[in-house]
Amino acid sequence: MKRTGPFLLSVVIGLWILVAFFVKPLRGAQQTLLLWYTIVGAFALVVGLINLIQSHLKNLQRGQNVVYSLILLFGFFGTLAVGIYSFLQGDAFAPYSPLMWVYGYVLAPLQSTMFSLLAFFLASAAFRAFRIRNMEALLLLLAAVIVMLGRIPWTEHTFAGLTEWIMSIPNLAAQRGIQIGVALGAIGMALRILFGLERPYLR
Amino acid sequence: MFEVEKTGILLVIVALAAVFLYWIRKARTEEIHLRRIPGLEALDDAVGRAAEMGRPVLFATGILGLNNIAVLAAMGILRRVAQKAAEYQVGFLMPNADPIVMTTAQEIVKEAYQSAGRPDLVSEASVFYLTSDQFGYAAGVDGVMLREKPGAVFLQGYFYAESLILAETAQSVGAIQIAGTTATTQLPFFVVACDYVLIGEEMLAASAVLSKEPNLLGSIKAEDWAKAAIAAFLLVAVVLKVFGIDLSPLLNTR
Repeated sequence: MKRTGPFLLSVVIGLWILVAFFVKPLRGAQQTLLLWYTIVGAFALVVGLINLIQSHLKNLQRGQNVVYSLILLFGFFGTLAVGIYSFLQGDAFAPYSPLMWVYGYVLAPLQSTMFSLLAFFLASAAFRAFRIRNMEALLLLLAAVIVMLGRIPWTEHTFAGLTEWIMSIPNLAAQRGIQIGVALGAIGMALRILFGLERPYLR
Repeated sequence: MFEVEKTGILLVIVALAAVFLYWIRKARTEEIHLRRIPGLEALDDAVGRAAEMGRPVLFATGILGLNNIAVLAAMGILRRVAQKAAEYQVGFLMPNADPIVMTTAQEIVKEAYQSAGRPDLVSEASVFYLTSDQFGYAAGVDGVMLREKPGAVFLQGYFYAESLILAETAQSVGAIQIAGTTATTQLPFFVVACDYVLIGEEMLAASAVLSKEPNLLGSIKAEDWAKAAIAAFLLVAVVLKVFGIDLSPLLNTR
């Protein structure tokens, strides 16, 4: 029953969603099911947060990564306290509320910092990728150099046509090939799940 | 009730289902040959390498939930990686951005270690929740990598801009990396930064290929035939379009 129940549930709901795509009156139920998923997800978030807090409290008990765990717990409970305080003061999401200050001056800069690191990671990855070890690497290097030259002001006029051709013909053709494969793979996996051949979500 | 303009799509789905059923039946009596997928063949070796180095393995699925097909497929790969990690008695780390993925993964990993007779090597703290925020997740996984220095990193699922941040950090700690995603925008980053990459449908076929079950292998063969049929259809459609016959209304998706 532990396996059969979830399996039958997934088959019935999967078929329902499939039929609802073709039959309009069933689409309301489809939206309801998606709403249920969101509600389950919201409850699961509580499970995730409990897991997060527990694992960092255990770190403190064991003396492992104490500084990181303290920062996380301080950040978590600090933001929670600021959020409750902002809520009690009125609109917690008002532009100049304490909660939005934390968001604008702590969280957003941290997110931007992580995103900015991408530029450095791009440079280091490009450095390794552009070493000419074989024919494919040479082609990759040539294509990348042309596209880069076609994107900067000084050489844009000379390489714009070739860049456009590389991006819209060979590049797009390869992407579409992969996308068709992914779409078929997704249909294949959906059919395997509907037929009960594959159950990746079960123990 | 039935939306008549979607008849074309219905016929395609019915035809695909028929091809699948045909190949699944055929696979029960005939041996199915599939091409080698280096990324899948390297899964066991990567875990073995981590065991030799005395380091844990790290598995990440990105920031999406189980309603994404790539994340669902990643659960099949997770099962195999966890089984091997348990067999080689290697520690396991899996930071999560989605609590439903975390709960599912906890069950899969626990079962793998229990069936290998080493439930002591893994706890609920091995598969843990970080945050649903994209760059918070990237920062958290990077931190785990820098502190724990995993010997093998598996980036399997659906990724956005965090893909290269994760892959380059794993590269910097000397981990062997096997990535897999259906996100075409992130594939180039994985190709340049990782040792092996499961490209698009290879990832969705992973469970079938790893299990070697005839039923599942038959369905992969059916996908190949469907792909050939679609390529032929596209070719015919292009030729007919040149002569002024447009087949696109047949596949109306609105």
